[in-house]
Amino acid sequence: MLLSLYRSLHDYRGFIRGSVKREFQARYRNSLFGALWPIFNPLSMIIVYTVIFSHIMRARLPGVDDAMAYSVYLCAGLLAWGLFSEITLRSQTMFLDNANLLKKISFPRICLPVIVLCSAAINFAIIIALFLGFLLITGRWPGLALLALIPLIVLQMMFCAGLGMVLGVMNVFFRDVGQLFGICLQFWFWLTPIVYPITILPEWVQGLLQLNPLTPVFSSYQNLFLYGQWPVWDSLLPILVIAVLLCLIGLRLFRQHAGEMVDEL
Amino acid sequence: MGRIRVTGLSKAYKQYPDRWSRLAEWLIPFSRIRHQQHWVLRDVEFEIAPGEAVGIVGANGAGKSTLLKMITGTTRPTHGKIELQGRVAALLELGMGFHPDFTGRQNAIMAGQLLGMQLEDIEALMPAIELFAEIGDAIDHPVRTYSSGMQMRLAFSVATARRPDILIVDEALSVGDAYFQHKSFERIRSFRKAGTTLLIVSHDRSAIQSICDSAILLKDGRMAMYGKPETVLDFYNALMAEREGHMVRQEMLSGGQVQTISGTGEAGILCVRLLDDAERPIEAAEVGQSVTLEVKVEIRQDIERLVLGFLIKDRLGQPMYGINTHRQNQALDNLQAGERITYRFAFVMGLGKGNYSVALSLSRLDSHLDQNFEWRDFGLVFHVINNRREDFVGCSWLNAQTTVSRDTESNRLERTP
Repeated sequence: MLLSLYRSLHDYRGFIRGSVKREFQARYRNSLFGALWPIFNPLSMIIVYTVIFSHIMRARLPGVDDAMAYSVYLCAGLLAWGLFSEITLRSQTMFLDNANLLKKISFPRICLPVIVLCSAAINFAIIIALFLGFLLITGRWPGLALLALIPLIVLQMMFCAGLGMVLGVMNVFFRDVGQLFGICLQFWFWLTPIVYPITILPEWVQGLLQLNPLTPVFSSYQNLFLYGQWPVWDSLLPILVIAVLLCLIGLRLFRQHAGEMVDEL
Repeated sequence: MGRIRVTGLSKAYKQYPDRWSRLAEWLIPFSRIRHQQHWVLRDVEFEIAPGEAVGIVGANGAGKSTLLKMITGTTRPTHGKIELQGRVAALLELGMGFHPDFTGRQNAIMAGQLLGMQLEDIEALMPAIELFAEIGDAIDHPVRTYSSGMQMRLAFSVATARRPDILIVDEALSVGDAYFQHKSFERIRSFRKAGTTLLIVSHDRSAIQSICDSAILLKDGRMAMYGKPETVLDFYNALMAEREGHMVRQEMLSGGQVQTISGTGEAGILCVRLLDDAERPIEAAEVGQSVTLEVKVEIRQDIERLVLGFLIKDRLGQPMYGINTHRQNQALDNLQAGERITYRFAFVMGLGKGNYSVALSLSRLDSHLDQNFEWRDFGLVFHVINNRREDFVGCSWLNAQTTVSRDTESNRLERTP
């Protein structure tokens, strides 16, 4: 089964490459600043949060008395969150958005999630590169620990892909899923230590937040960029298991319902 | 390459009483089935040999599009199997997936990639695509500036850039201007000559008759008939006019044609003859000969109005000439049961040589769709021979009167100003 999936992806690699490229072009085609917009967006968010939290509310990271450190912390979390929300939100609507194509043209449906993943990965790579440039200029280069970024990103993308596939298939049959997940995402954002450091919370709340599978991933990113620390690999085990499970469930759902899906669109 | 084999093909859509029952079916393991199946296609079975051309006809909702969608692979069958050999191309909804902001060239590349081609393949085909589409410089302009005809030209050119082993066409040919329709039809014909298997859905009788070897009639999701295009189309035509208390009968004629007779039967045709000047019945007429088509009709029940129409068709079933007494202001009113009427249509045989058949209809109005007392295909079959006139080409004899004069030096000067 995996082999046949791989084969159809290989046959349609031209389509996948073309779609990713076209998506990129489509986004910036009629704008003057083009590729700068996806950078302005997180940048403005980072400025707003930095100003509000570290200057107005005088929030400081424990142990570091430096306004810049908070910005780095925030950036690390927000960028990773951007990747998470982009993949899940887009996967959730990928079948609905391409309804016309799915109904009229026969092509391997598995191309759609792959296109979502590829274009999200490219977007993320651009932003991360800019962020690394910023770290280099401000003298906060994390060093060798940066290598840990690769397994972290792969892990996170697996989690997103699995979750996205489950949501994407469900959303075709139950449109409530899309609405519900939008709300969930709001809560999920604030239940993940992105804007605030987890240590400012009471002990028992910290314990609760550890149940959030994203918490260890985000802490790893933050520690990596802020202190140049390698991730604590053990802490990532639960999310790895969850990610693999989600991928399996997603593929199973996809295989079971891919045929029926077209009848519902 | 190019074989299509369909066995036991059925398609049902799931219908749930409400939204929650689907959720229950998904979430509760081993739960009972909560949906009903709505069958749109049942037990369709046929096999198309490589290089054959088959038309699919049927009323709206008979399942034609569903059948094509399953063959192209966009929808999966509920039961049954489809086996295809070779590369399939479908002209279903041309121009689907074109992005308005991209140029024609970029969209063509994308469309090719959707068909599973690689970039290099498409770039190699691009000159041929441009040449066939004939949209000139517009190829490098955004598609949103295109007319629908131009989009269609481009889409058709991309979809048929390579000769497929199996080509599936769904009435797409009726789009575009007359010139391009002709051109695209010609391309399909040339594919067919080169060995492509063809599957066409169309309401256009002449398109199916002129290109298909056989036809499939779908009725209410089932295969009602599979046979020669003329026979199937005649039967379909009769079905279209079907009403209560209405019968459809097909009989094999001695010549191998199938005669279709249908109608409600208030009036019926007794005999049809082709007569020469001396009132002798003939089976073959000379080009230019004066002939009379004689039709005798019997009235079986009182009817308020009667129109007789006839249509002469060539051996492919293409209409040559048709007229009815309504259009000639000769319709009869208030007919009594038991009456007999003789119609005589006298004309000069202006057809080219070949075999022709005459279809007849008895109805109340101009069209046989309203009240059809009797419709009879192959009411008469005759030949046209050409022994006396010059040997001309084509199906109509225009009797051109020809004068030829050679231009001399003097009259050439007169004419040029």
